[in-house]
Amino acid sequence: MEIRLNGESRFIDKVTKMSVAGLLEMEQVTSPEMVAVQLNGEIVDQGTYHNTMIVDRNEVDFLYFMAGG
Amino acid sequence: MPLTEKQQERYSRHLILQEVGPEGQEKLLHAKVLVIGTGGLGSPNSLYLTAAGVGTVGIVDADVVDSSNLQRQIAHSTKDLDRPKVESAAEKMRALNPDVEVKPYKLYINAKNINEIIREYDFVIDGSDNFETKFLVNDACVLAGIPYSHGGILRFKGQTMTVLPGQTACYRCSFREPPPNPVGCSRAGILGAVAGMLGTIQAAEALKFITGAGTLLTNTLLTFDAATMDFRKVPLKKRSDCPVCGENPTICTLEVHAKAAGDSLP
Repeated sequence: MEIRLNGESRFIDKVTKMSVAGLLEMEQVTSPEMVAVQLNGEIVDQGTYHNTMIVDRNEVDFLYFMAGG
Repeated sequence: MPLTEKQQERYSRHLILQEVGPEGQEKLLHAKVLVIGTGGLGSPNSLYLTAAGVGTVGIVDADVVDSSNLQRQIAHSTKDLDRPKVESAAEKMRALNPDVEVKPYKLYINAKNINEIIREYDFVIDGSDNFETKFLVNDACVLAGIPYSHGGILRFKGQTMTVLPGQTACYRCSFREPPPNPVGCSRAGILGAVAGMLGTIQAAEALKFITGAGTLLTNTLLTFDAATMDFRKVPLKKRSDCPVCGENPTICTLEVHAKAAGDSLP
């Protein structure tokens, strides 16, 4: 499937869907609690990362929490 | 009040901008902007807002200048070590532009004092260095209806958005709750100039808001990575289920912030 991840096209081989948790793992996001995930413009509830599926042509944005000032 | 001859000279590069001009400059001279935090983001914000002739610039910080600050916090000098940050910054600001009234607040902003302070201002800049304060500033500004600029930096990256309460997405619309074990600049590091990059974007937003020039970073999270110099605008939405600006808000006072700080509101 092909998705847009953080504004860039991304081809993911051999699968037709993937959970948000799976994508975070594939992208080696080491601290998922430091990311707000936006799927097709909607914020995904952190408690549903394993059940929320990403499919072909979806748009995903990782919004990182940044505390520094 | 029309601009004096000295002001016409000082602000001449604003005056020749069609989008600012004498009218915009007069608006700036009558405007009041509060900068929360006088560190990496607060320094460039305070200095550029002062240089631009914003009538009143408030600065809030309880800390003193530490030598590890000097790599990026350009309002402070080596001779200012151990001085209160607001005192050190206020000195530079007053030297830069005598047109500006500088109001230093040497305190930690909290649920008890934030309302009284922000309500004196037209626009607020968040330059704080922790999530407790970032969420407090968002909630207080949303509840009081005061436009503000969110800013955050870490390592080589920065993010900012401008919030017009009740009209556009707020910080909590996307970032629901402070994360449990946050990593800050003291542990993760920060490339010094990144603070300047992000802070000056916030200052530009404040100047645009006051003068009405251009288009604000509303419903948008601007993010950049200085390692690659990739800039991106992520479209955001105002959420009807946002806990503070949504249709059935669960945060209607700052009590939740007072409780988190082990305090209570009167």
